[in-house]
Amino acid sequence: MSLTLIAFLFLSLVAVFCGLMTVLSKNPIHSVIYLIGCFFAIAGHYLLLNAQFLAVVHIIVYAGAIMVLFLFTLMLMNLNKESEKHKAAIARIGAVIAAGAMMLVLVAVLKRADSLAIPSTQNIAIGTIENLGRVLLNEYLFPFEFASVLLLSAMIGAVLLAKKDHQKAA
Amino acid sequence: MDLGFVIEKSAIILVIFAITMLIALYSTFGERVFASYFQDRLGPNRAGPGGLLQPLADGVKMFTKEDFIPETPNKFLFIFGPFLFMTTALITSSVIPWGDTLTLFGREVKLQAADINVAILFVFGVVSIGVYGIMLGGWASNNKFSLLGAVRASSQMISYEVAMGLSIIAVLMMTGTLSLRGIVEQQHGFIDWSGNIPWFSWNVFKQPVAFIIFLVCAFAETNRTPFDLPECESELVGGYHTEYSSMKLGFYLFAEYINMFISSALISLLFFGGFNYPGMDWVAHNLGGNLATLVGVGVMFTKTLFGIFFYMWVRWTVPRFRYDQLMNLGWKILIPLAILNILITGFVIILNGN
Repeated sequence: MSLTLIAFLFLSLVAVFCGLMTVLSKNPIHSVIYLIGCFFAIAGHYLLLNAQFLAVVHIIVYAGAIMVLFLFTLMLMNLNKESEKHKAAIARIGAVIAAGAMMLVLVAVLKRADSLAIPSTQNIAIGTIENLGRVLLNEYLFPFEFASVLLLSAMIGAVLLAKKDHQKAA
Repeated sequence: MDLGFVIEKSAIILVIFAITMLIALYSTFGERVFASYFQDRLGPNRAGPGGLLQPLADGVKMFTKEDFIPETPNKFLFIFGPFLFMTTALITSSVIPWGDTLTLFGREVKLQAADINVAILFVFGVVSIGVYGIMLGGWASNNKFSLLGAVRASSQMISYEVAMGLSIIAVLMMTGTLSLRGIVEQQHGFIDWSGNIPWFSWNVFKQPVAFIIFLVCAFAETNRTPFDLPECESELVGGYHTEYSSMKLGFYLFAEYINMFISSALISLLFFGGFNYPGMDWVAHNLGGNLATLVGVGVMFTKTLFGIFFYMWVRWTVPRFRYDQLMNLGWKILIPLAILNILITGFVIILNGN
């Protein structure tokens, strides 16, 4: 077994374990921490594919920013076992059916999908920021700009929603 | 991977670790000495000659105190918090270039543990993980004041990370590389004669606005005065480490000094030319490459130590901000200023290019 394969197996194991524990652990704060572990394992996978930039940005954005906000909200909400409401049986059955249907769709899609030609990972320069920038601003300029407009509109929408209450109260 | 490479890197990592620890240890002493100087009193002078053994005495005290763990449902997270905070503080030093290359036994030895091409992003990633150390520790303490301190600390760190990242973008637009070594090498010497108008080669003279934003954000990120609201003892008892004692508290306090050291090193690398100094070509030509590199390492550490002194100087000079002032400064002044700086830099680069 090569070193890369061992690393891959280890990271996959960690990712799957953390993913499962995210769903299974009772305490929401523990869920968030397992999810962070899962993000780290996925960043490790990116590194194995020679995408250093993607790996680091993944850590900064997901583990460093988004999950901190999650943790923040959960800590301030103070979710104790006593305060958690018991959900009705119908809601639980509905949730199981919805999640099962979603999983069915995912499995069907993954089974039917053609396996993509795996880019040669021998070329270590493939994921550097220079190459990424060149590809993003030449080949994929339109989707790139479109995504930025989408993010901007989402941001403006969030600010508007937050402001509305404030004006009513004043 | 040959054996020489492994030995070289292991030696560099060990030396960097030892130096980081030593400097952080004596920063605690330095802080008390400077504090006493600024307040016109004597300061620590009992342990050893001139009080030089004071940090060791402090360490022994920390280790031998009772290690109290409060009644908490999350004992593991309570222990994990300080561990994570200390680890993230130490990891950053691995990508910092402490000097140019040395030639030893026919090998070119770069004085850096890892020269990766996304070094700056790596630093930001590690800094953003450091928030968890405070948050988990503060929450697992099962104490209102700890939780409030942790929330303050993490919201402050997230807010100022944004401005910090934006201020760095203007610098990166000029350098065109994310590698710290690349950025330092572009600031060669002191005055750059190659352009139409000779100008200083250090980034602080090219990007003064970015430097000031970065400096303010570095103070906020390391939770130092005037931004030390997370451990504001008049309001929050002791902030996120209220419940901690013994060496766990020691880890939190010690990591702050390591962060100060690393951020001073980053400031000197990004803005003050790192291991570059005026007349370095003359030294390299007349005294040989190895000696010039060693002088460069000395220069780098001098700049870094001055940075640490500056942290202490500010601590005993400027009073603490109020919380709303802190947030206003971060979001309403520093971030727009940083974006404006990026725009101006972009215009200048395009005009120069044409």
